[in-house]
Amino acid sequence: MSAEPWQRAEIPGPKKALVFAKPEVVVTMVKTAKRPLLIVGHEAVNNGLNEEKVIDYMIRMAKTAKIPVVATAHIFGEFVKRGFQPATWMSVMDITNRLQDPEWKGLDGMGQYDLALFIGIPYYMEWVILSSLKHISPDLKTISLGRFYQPHATCSFSNLSLKYWIECLKVIINGLEAK
Amino acid sequence: MSGLRQNKLRLNNAPIIFTDSTCSAVSQVSKKAAHVKIKELKTAIGVIKDLELSIGRIFEEKWTELIGPTPFPSITDLREWDFKLLKRYQPLYMPFCDVCCLCTLGKCDLTGGKRGACGIDMTAQQSRFFLLGCCIGAAAHSAHARHLVEHLIEKYGRRFPIDVGGLTVEVEAPITRLVCGVRPKILGDLEDILDYVENQITHLLASTHTGQEGNNLDFESKVLHAGMIDHVGMEVADMAQIATYGFPKADPEAPLVEIGFGVIDLQKPVIACIGHNVPPAIEIVDYLKANGLHGKIEVCGLCCTAHDLTRRSPEAKIVGPISWQLRFIRSGVPDVIVIDEQCVRVDSLIEAQKIKAPAIVTSNKICLGLQDRTRDPIDKIVADLVEAKVPGALILDPAKAGEVAVRTAVKVAPKRKKFKIIPDVAEVIEKAKECASIGDCNDCRRACPNDLPIPEAMIEAAAGSLNKLADLYEECVGCARCESACRAGNSIHSFIIKAAEKKLKEEKFKIRAGRGAIQDLEIRKVGSPIVLGEIPGVVAFVGCANYPHGGKEVAEMCSEFAKRRYIVVASGCSAMSIAMHKNEEGKTPYEVYAGDFDAGGLSNVGSCVSNPHISGAAVKIASIFARRNLRANYEEIADYILNRVGAVGVAWGALSQKAQSIASGFWRLGIPVMVGPHGSKYRRMLLGRKDHEEDWYAYDARTGDKVYVGPAPEHLFYTAETKEEAMVMIAKLCIRPSDTTKGRAIKLTHYCDLHKRLYGTMPDDIHLFVRTAADIPVTMKDEILKILEEKRWKERTIPDPTILPRLIRKRKE
Repeated sequence: MSAEPWQRAEIPGPKKALVFAKPEVVVTMVKTAKRPLLIVGHEAVNNGLNEEKVIDYMIRMAKTAKIPVVATAHIFGEFVKRGFQPATWMSVMDITNRLQDPEWKGLDGMGQYDLALFIGIPYYMEWVILSSLKHISPDLKTISLGRFYQPHATCSFSNLSLKYWIECLKVIINGLEAK
Repeated sequence: MSGLRQNKLRLNNAPIIFTDSTCSAVSQVSKKAAHVKIKELKTAIGVIKDLELSIGRIFEEKWTELIGPTPFPSITDLREWDFKLLKRYQPLYMPFCDVCCLCTLGKCDLTGGKRGACGIDMTAQQSRFFLLGCCIGAAAHSAHARHLVEHLIEKYGRRFPIDVGGLTVEVEAPITRLVCGVRPKILGDLEDILDYVENQITHLLASTHTGQEGNNLDFESKVLHAGMIDHVGMEVADMAQIATYGFPKADPEAPLVEIGFGVIDLQKPVIACIGHNVPPAIEIVDYLKANGLHGKIEVCGLCCTAHDLTRRSPEAKIVGPISWQLRFIRSGVPDVIVIDEQCVRVDSLIEAQKIKAPAIVTSNKICLGLQDRTRDPIDKIVADLVEAKVPGALILDPAKAGEVAVRTAVKVAPKRKKFKIIPDVAEVIEKAKECASIGDCNDCRRACPNDLPIPEAMIEAAAGSLNKLADLYEECVGCARCESACRAGNSIHSFIIKAAEKKLKEEKFKIRAGRGAIQDLEIRKVGSPIVLGEIPGVVAFVGCANYPHGGKEVAEMCSEFAKRRYIVVASGCSAMSIAMHKNEEGKTPYEVYAGDFDAGGLSNVGSCVSNPHISGAAVKIASIFARRNLRANYEEIADYILNRVGAVGVAWGALSQKAQSIASGFWRLGIPVMVGPHGSKYRRMLLGRKDHEEDWYAYDARTGDKVYVGPAPEHLFYTAETKEEAMVMIAKLCIRPSDTTKGRAIKLTHYCDLHKRLYGTMPDDIHLFVRTAADIPVTMKDEILKILEEKRWKERTIPDPTILPRLIRKRKE
């Protein structure tokens, strides 16, 4: 599918996300980032293919790439149930707010992040959050790992079928596992 | 100004203060002017004969309470207070798009810190846009109020007394008293208050023009002003209608009335009233009663007109909130549709035509292209409507509209025979097959605000099962964008309604009619436990029905907090959604919980314009319980509420500009508001930073010391992603610096309990809210002590908190 917003009435403006030609680009971006952060919303628990949900892929990705995870909404417990401890739980509003603060010391006190990856947040919410970061935090790179194109991100997938999207997530995880 | 009893003269909207002696010369107060006639006046400088003086309207005020510093505040008078709030709760801007397109210099690209052709940057543009929304909302309410007041003065006279609660309500207009410093006694007084409201909205709107305000925080201050003004306008509207129409007057035992699609009697002619401005609907009921037709015609409503109709006439019925408009019209049930104003689907006339129901349009805000028939003979209008010579009529006289509606319904009903446009099952399946043949277009889903899986449901329908279409019903907001998007032209919303027909017909619920104000007596009873924290909080479910997963979530949240013995209040569409879900015993929340403003109670205050009874209750706690001067004393009262009254508003489905301005009015009083995920599309939040310790200091009014009070409340405007997140945040946002140790322990019990249940863990910020060991809930002591130890917590003092230096009683040298 083409790189156009999933919700058709959403018109972003002149600065639009680059579309990943292939999922391996995400691997490169994560590997070259100094301080990446993975933000996982509640839809990660519902979405997926067969038994495995997006949250399971994100756990693998976080473990593999050693990326700290912010669990938004109420899904902290879902991570814990799966034997994974996110760096913190924080509302998506709060983490967006902190990512805009150049003085923020981060979750570990080591300073602001340079790459934020988003997944599992309702499309329209992620839309305005990514726009906020684009406008207020120009130094932060953002990646939308969601299934649908998010033009306010720095980079995003185009609109994908569920099956291909899951394949892409697997490719990213495998890529991150490779040395 | 103190110590001198003063009165307020408004001349060309400029307030002039003058004393009693001047006032005694007033001989007559007319609608548009005060006239002073003096036959002969002997003075030291000579004799004056036949002096006649015309001046603007005068408030004859004999109120002995000292007037505070900000009567009838201008758009900058409370700026200092606003900036205190905005320093702690800073705006988070979330633009929809990168450009500004407000003037012909644009479009201007505002990305990357660029400024537009007028010099504006993205933060100022976003705050300007937010202010515009608030001005629209405040204007809608105040224009509604103006219409009501003018209509009711015409009907009942200017000197009709304002009585909103008899002996139970002495503070009849807490918001107006607080903001304006006057007490309205008669209907005519309300006109003066509206003069002020309209004047302020004009100034606010002016500031949004190209080349006016340029600073985002100044725009935000004006946003707060718009919200405050909106609450004055709403209060005026509801006072006027409560006083004149015989609505419940601060009555916790207001009658239970019927709500739901299934409660409408299909055997009778049905008149459906849609909107917010109730006079035409009331005229319908009055005409029925006066002409022996009462009980022979079904009168029902959607949105706030329905609330207000049942406050007047409990036998009238509520169909449902805003999202029920389309499904109800298409069902063919209404024989006549009467439209007043606000939140009306603007394609109602088109939809009404489809079911051959005439529409009567009654507001100059919504004329829908119809011919103005206000001066035409009633017989002629009715004949034209019955014979379908015209699709509808614009009638700006509520009494005439009422009579036309009834007489038309009687004649149209037998002809229409409830003609509907909901297809039968076979037709849905047939159309679904055509849809399936188009392929994987997804246009319907991509148009759906809730991203509902319509394509899958259509595929299943094509195979003969409507179950998946029926499943969509609960989460469908009734916008019908799916239909506009459908390249096959399918009436998808109607398909969903057909699939869920059984569910729709079984919608039979009870709601308590809007009670209006909170009694002074109730405030006296709960004031202390609220301020001390022993009643853990006041939770107000307000606003529209743009829910992410249907109204059930609001009902669940409401029941959760009522069970926990919070004071729960509701208004507008949220109040309806709460009613439309039953517990396992088949009872709605209004049948389970009492209507008192008390712990474990659930009060429906009424329609949108009843919201100031909620903000007013917080104001009355400061005034009646704490005996703070109320009159024109905005800052002090807001400071009191911010620091002591654990109240939070939840607008889970907020969608409109009115909801935006209502929320803004709560913020200026220090009351946080939370919205559901769609509320993120307001594109601006007001967020605190609990990790910034320096933001959470207040003065101890006893000593003048600056004391850390914790992030309480943490945010002023906040979007929650899920119902679970919202419930935890509601409990947290009710925490206030002044809580006693007992009260804080109760509040923390709820916060921790909900956090553990819904997040599966203890909160990580508990140390910020425990001030002394006595704050720790006994049942969680070990767990919390362990966390406190890890966080290196230290005990701290509990102040008499204020953020206003002038309220420090004992200053340090």
